[in-house]
Amino acid sequence: MDPATLKFSKSHEWLHLDGEIATVGITDFAVEALTDLVFVDLPEVGRTLDAGEIFGEVESVKAVSDLYAPVAGEVTEVNTGLPDDLDALGEDPFGRGWMIRVAVTDASAADALLDETAYREHCQSAGH
Amino acid sequence: MTETLLRTPFHAWHADHGGRLVDFAGWEMPVQYTSIIEEHTAVRCSAGLFDIAHMGRLMFSGPDACRLLDRLVTNDVAALEVGQVRYALVCRDDGGILDDVLVYRFADDYLLVVNASNRVKIVEWIEDHCQGFDVEVVDRTHDWAMLAVQGPGSVELVAGVTDHDVAAMPYYRCAIGPVLGNPARISRTGYTGEDGFELIVPAEVAVSVWERLMEAEDAMACGLGCRDTLRLEAAMPLYGHELDEHTDPYTAGLGFAVKMEADEFIGREAVLAARDRDGRRRRVGLRLEGRRIAREGASVFSDASAVGEVTSGTFSPTLEMAIAMAYVEPAVAELGTAVEVDIRGKRVPAEVVKLPFYRRDA
Repeated sequence: MDPATLKFSKSHEWLHLDGEIATVGITDFAVEALTDLVFVDLPEVGRTLDAGEIFGEVESVKAVSDLYAPVAGEVTEVNTGLPDDLDALGEDPFGRGWMIRVAVTDASAADALLDETAYREHCQSAGH
Repeated sequence: MTETLLRTPFHAWHADHGGRLVDFAGWEMPVQYTSIIEEHTAVRCSAGLFDIAHMGRLMFSGPDACRLLDRLVTNDVAALEVGQVRYALVCRDDGGILDDVLVYRFADDYLLVVNASNRVKIVEWIEDHCQGFDVEVVDRTHDWAMLAVQGPGSVELVAGVTDHDVAAMPYYRCAIGPVLGNPARISRTGYTGEDGFELIVPAEVAVSVWERLMEAEDAMACGLGCRDTLRLEAAMPLYGHELDEHTDPYTAGLGFAVKMEADEFIGREAVLAARDRDGRRRRVGLRLEGRRIAREGASVFSDASAVGEVTSGTFSPTLEMAIAMAYVEPAVAELGTAVEVDIRGKRVPAEVVKLPFYRRDA
């Protein structure tokens, strides 16, 4: 997926909206900051999430980080192959590394998220 | 509020080579350059370089240097031959561990290497306990740098910077020898469970020694991140995790560093009592199911009862499994005992296993 078409949260999740369905993952910046991923925990299909709610966790040798839902909705699909293919997060975070698909409650909520330029600026300032 | 962090002579090199710098015990140190797992693997398979100049280096000289050290540490300093290094503990009167240290005997003086996090505390402890001893103690932490070369390739690497016959040095031996023509102290020691050396060189030549060692094709700069995973696989305790002022040497499983027949050391009676006390907790290794990491403070359960606490945990890059060290009640300390670890609210099955998790081929 082309990052230019995505929306981003300040907590480093990305979101791709296709109609009412959002695909969610974490960014290359997040993966690079974590390094040495050992574990990812994703929710069950059918779980409803509020915007900002923790939907899972990703763990590296150094630390564990929560994953936050960028928008509200119901989980319709989970990348069940991801826990056994953590390299996907490093190699293709915006594609093979996707985590969940969500039927969003309000698609316009995605407008409040950052576009790629604003997100990269956020990473720059967070890095220093 | 940000306090000013101390910097080792290698600081600019780290910053220029992608080192991710973090606050470690008041020092700005690299946690990794590339990946912790890559750096870890380099030490197990070839050779890694570590900046360990944050560790405290205290020199003891004068007629009572040995006697004072024997008073301060649990091991038998008088029994050290010139060129020997020994692991020891500094204890309080009540047997609680103030620090774990290495004592080096050279021909004219002794060196005490202490943890960075405890250096100021130990310097003050020495000042408070050196009355009546004819000894000079000098803190060389800032004017001497220290680096470690660890891994199966370390002999070849170190032989490239010194004329001293490092291949002939047995483990836990030290020597004074030139490194790139500079006065230096070399020891065959380390904190990784791998063969290796630690070099002490004047601060002003530290970077040139480091860069010369890095010229070797299989040498990799390594951060404190893999130093932790390496020492954990080797089951070496880390002060602040396995060791603190409320833990005695026997509970910590470090009785080998206590010599009761040695001169009276501070805390001797309390340490003796701890040795003979029934029911004290044991330091054990845990192997966990799955890949989640049991981190410091995670509770260990046997059925419904809390029976211990994790002190360090990681995902072992060598064994590719989640491992941890924990203090547990003696009833569950036997090898093979099944327990559970509470990882952020979820119970994960674990088994008590033999320490160390990793031992290099002799």
